[in-house]
Formats: sequence, C-alpha cells, structure tokens
Amino acid sequence: MSATALPAPAAPPARRHLSYWLGATLLALALLVLLRLIGNEYGWYAGYFVLQYVVLAAAWNILGGYAGYVNFGAAGFMATGTYTAVVLYEALGLGVLPGILGAAVVAGLLGLGTGYLTLRLRGVYFSIATLCLAVVLQTLVVNWDYVGGSRGAYVIRPMTVPGFVSYGEYIFAVMLALAVLATGIGRTVELSRLGRGLQAIRDNERAAEAVGVPTLRLKLIATTLSGALMGVAGAPLPFYAGYVNPDGAFNLAYAVNTIAMPLIGGAGTWLGPVIGAVLLATLQQAATVTISSALNLWITGWMLVLFVALAPRGILGWFRKR
Amino acid sequence: MSGGEVLLRAEGVGKRFGGFVALQGIDLELRAGERLGLIGPNGSGKSTFVNCLSGDFAAHDGRVTLAGQPLAGLKPHRRARLGLARTFQLPQPFASLSVLENVRVPLLFGGEAAAATPRALECLEEVELAGKAARLPRELTQVEQRRLELARAIALRPRLLIADEAMAGLSHAEVDQILALLLRLNAAGTAVIMIEHIMRAVTEFSERLLVFVAGRKIAEGAPRAVLALPEVEDAYLGRQ
Repeated sequence: MSATALPAPAAPPARRHLSYWLGATLLALALLVLLRLIGNEYGWYAGYFVLQYVVLAAAWNILGGYAGYVNFGAAGFMATGTYTAVVLYEALGLGVLPGILGAAVVAGLLGLGTGYLTLRLRGVYFSIATLCLAVVLQTLVVNWDYVGGSRGAYVIRPMTVPGFVSYGEYIFAVMLALAVLATGIGRTVELSRLGRGLQAIRDNERAAEAVGVPTLRLKLIATTLSGALMGVAGAPLPFYAGYVNPDGAFNLAYAVNTIAMPLIGGAGTWLGPVIGAVLLATLQQAATVTISSALNLWITGWMLVLFVALAPRGILGWFRKR
Repeated sequence: MSGGEVLLRAEGVGKRFGGFVALQGIDLELRAGERLGLIGPNGSGKSTFVNCLSGDFAAHDGRVTLAGQPLAGLKPHRRARLGLARTFQLPQPFASLSVLENVRVPLLFGGEAAAATPRALECLEEVELAGKAARLPRELTQVEQRRLELARAIALRPRLLIADEAMAGLSHAEVDQILALLLRLNAAGTAVIMIEHIMRAVTEFSERLLVFVAGRKIAEGAPRAVLALPEVEDAYLGRQ
C-alpha cells in the first residue's frame, strides 16, 4: 500500500468556504467599480444579462450537474420568480428585494412539488416532465388577467436608488450579489455530504440507495434549491426591463442556455456554470450588438455541437487530467 | 460461524410481475453469523428474492424481519442502515468518484461522517485496495471492482451481507480471494447469503444450502446432502 496514492488533505471546510466568499466578494466589488469607472449604462445592462445566466446555470447545475437530472423547465422556474415579483408589486407595491425573497419561496415550493411528482422518472422522461411544467405554467400566466395575461405587465422602476448612480447600476449590483450567492451555494453543495450523495445518485442511483444514501430526500432538496435559485434569477427581470410578458419570461432561450452553459463550462463543478455562462452570454451579447439577437440560439447550438464533439466534459473537463 | 439468534426471518415471501409468479411462499430463517448458500438455475427467483430482502422490490406476499424488525415499507437505504448490505451481480461503482470516495459515501450517510476518511481506508485495507484509494473504479481490474463493492458493503458494518454472484466471471485464483474475504467478514460476525453459480465456491463456503427452482424453494440443508438429492440433481444439475 502506498500512502502517496492518496489525495493531499484538503484545507479545513470553514477556511475553504471563507476563501471563496472573500474572493468572490472582492471580485464582485472590483467589477462594480470597474463598470462605474467606464460609466456606460449599457455596461450594467449587458452585465445583468450575463449574470442572470450565471445564477440560472449555477441553479441548474445543482440538480442537472451533480445529480444528473436534466431539467428542461428552467424557463418555467425562472418565470415563476418573475411573476411572483410582479404579483408582489401589483398587490403590495413591493420592490425587487422582497420580490426576490418571495420568488425564492414560491419557486422553491414549485421545485419541491415538481420533485415529488416527477423524481420517480428517470432520464429523458424526467426532462420531458419538466418541459411540460413550463408549458403548463405559461398557459396559466397567459390566462391570468391579474398579471396582464398575454399583454404582459408593467413595473414602474424607481428613478434612483441611494448610493447608486442609476437604477441600472442598482439592478446590476443586485444580480451580481445573486450570482455570488448562487455560485457559493453551488460550491457549498459540491463540497458537502449532499453533493457527494448527489454525485453517487448521478453515477448509480440503485447502488447509492443500497449503501444507505436517502436518494429521494436528496433529490427533493436539490429540486427545491435549484428551483428557488432559478426563481431568484427571474425576480429582478420586471424591474430590469420595466415590462414583462409570457413570451419573454418563458422564452425557450432561457431553457436552452441554462442547459448549454453548465455543459460547456463543465457540469458537476461549481466553476463550470460560471465559465459557461460568462462565455456564452458574452458571445450572445456581442452578437446582439454587432449582428443580430436572432443569432443567439444559433451560437448556443454551434457551441453545444462543438463541445459535445471535442470536449464532452466541458472546458474544465478539458483541462483536468481525467 | 453460526448458532446465534435468528437475524433474518422471511415468511411466505411472494413476488409477481404481472401474471408471472417469480417467487412463491419462500420461508427462510437465518441465524446471526451464519453462512447460507442460495443456488438455482437462471430465472429461478434468486435475485428476485434478494431484491425483496434488500427493498429493491416490494414483495406481494409474506413478511420479512431483520433482528425482529419488520422490513415492509422500508426503502433500501433504510434497510442498509439497519445492517443489511448487498453487492450486485455486475459491479456498480460510482464511476466518477475515486475508490476512496466510493467507500466514504456509505459512511457519510451512515452516521460516521466525522471519521469517514480513516474508516474508509480501514475498509479498503480489509479488501487490500488501500493502495488504489485515489484511483477511479474504471482503472481497477474485475476482481478489484468486486473487492470495492465488498469494501462499500463493509463500510455499512453489516449484520447481513448478501453477495449476489460476487464471483461471476472471475478466475479460479480470484474466486479464492473473494472467498477468503467473505470468510474473514463472516468470522468477524457478519452473516452472509451467497448467491452463486460456482458450485465449488458455494459448497466450500456455505454451512447451509437453499435451492430455488421456478420461484419455489425445493430443498434446504447441508450442502453436500442437498446437492445429492434427486430432485436437485434433476431440476438444477441435470440428470444423466
């Protein structure tokens, strides 16, 4: 037996977590300062677009990347967050932060319910069920007058927020904080017992159950957490755009990008979704301002084809030894 | 090593798949620390019975208890935590996890999270795989993958281990390695049910032998006596 074959002992968990939160917070502050120095309103807009995908990709990765359950209904969960914020605004006049909290609760409960109903399905059957969920939710919203039905709903954004140069900067900062939070939650899951259990489920669910892993409970935690974070990603959308309608909130691009980004960056790792989201969303933004936004899904499609053919384990997988 | 209290009791266990009766009226009493062999032709219901014990299948009829506790309605992970461990006909490792992590998984969820790594290494030492702790399962040989399955089972501190064809596809020498391992485990107090087609292994190992044919138990007793029964020869080994 050779002790050298063993991996080097990791740093204590508390220190490992602290280093992430400190590093990510400093990086976020640096990004905020940099964009303020550039002073272009478009910077906030484009940054928000990229960061919402960081949150979505990190959320998807918890169930899809670690546990291997491919959720095609990201748009449904995100729109649940969006419309929860709209309802809270319409009913109580609440702003973006309470909207985010409400979205987390409602989309989390939706995730839990979806998990109970669908987690006995495996593979493509689970994916189809989640896709159906998004269609059902869209039909409900289209026929719900209180939130504007198919006409959509308007949200009056405040002109300014104390401490921020514009509301655009504020909403960007909110999404930046959410991106740090979602990535940190993904990382915490990966390093925890929950993450190890989800990985065991992904590799072999029957064997995981046979060695004492409570598979259904872990999957329900994952669907709840993943759903809540997707809802959180959608909550600021009405405040960012000032207007939201079902076609926009349930757009297929959200579902496709949310799957493509972790796969391209490296699914099943906390950093992979960040890399994939930043790369793909930045490319899409660049295409939108230089050529046409109609090219966005075309870019996603080609990137997916390229990565499936050349680097099926994503960018991080490409750089790892095995 | 046997003679203790009744550990596992199955009474009238039956299982159907649609109209097909896979198991019917199976009774079994297994004592703590006993070594039991279970044989039968392909399709005789051995694996179905194992799956009913482990909780992978819900039995349609009958009752199973482990150390007096009824198992009905308990999911496989709950049964595993009660001390009922199993291995699979084909090794089913967690492919993306290292050998060490494969063995840490049952410990993380079995109340030994704090000492999971040293305890996992102990289990790997027991199956002589500690030197390959950092490897991935795909880098192991067939017999090493079987030993990994056993290490994962050992991590559960099982009172009963069901070894479902743990020696299938192995060479003569490799069969001896797995046999020695199972005997060591048994000597430490774990009862073992061995489902096996390799007659040499099952007769060497078992204190008692059960024979299944077409979902029914047709014989039970000392291995050599059971194998000499005309109905066993007829149904299982074939009559000349």
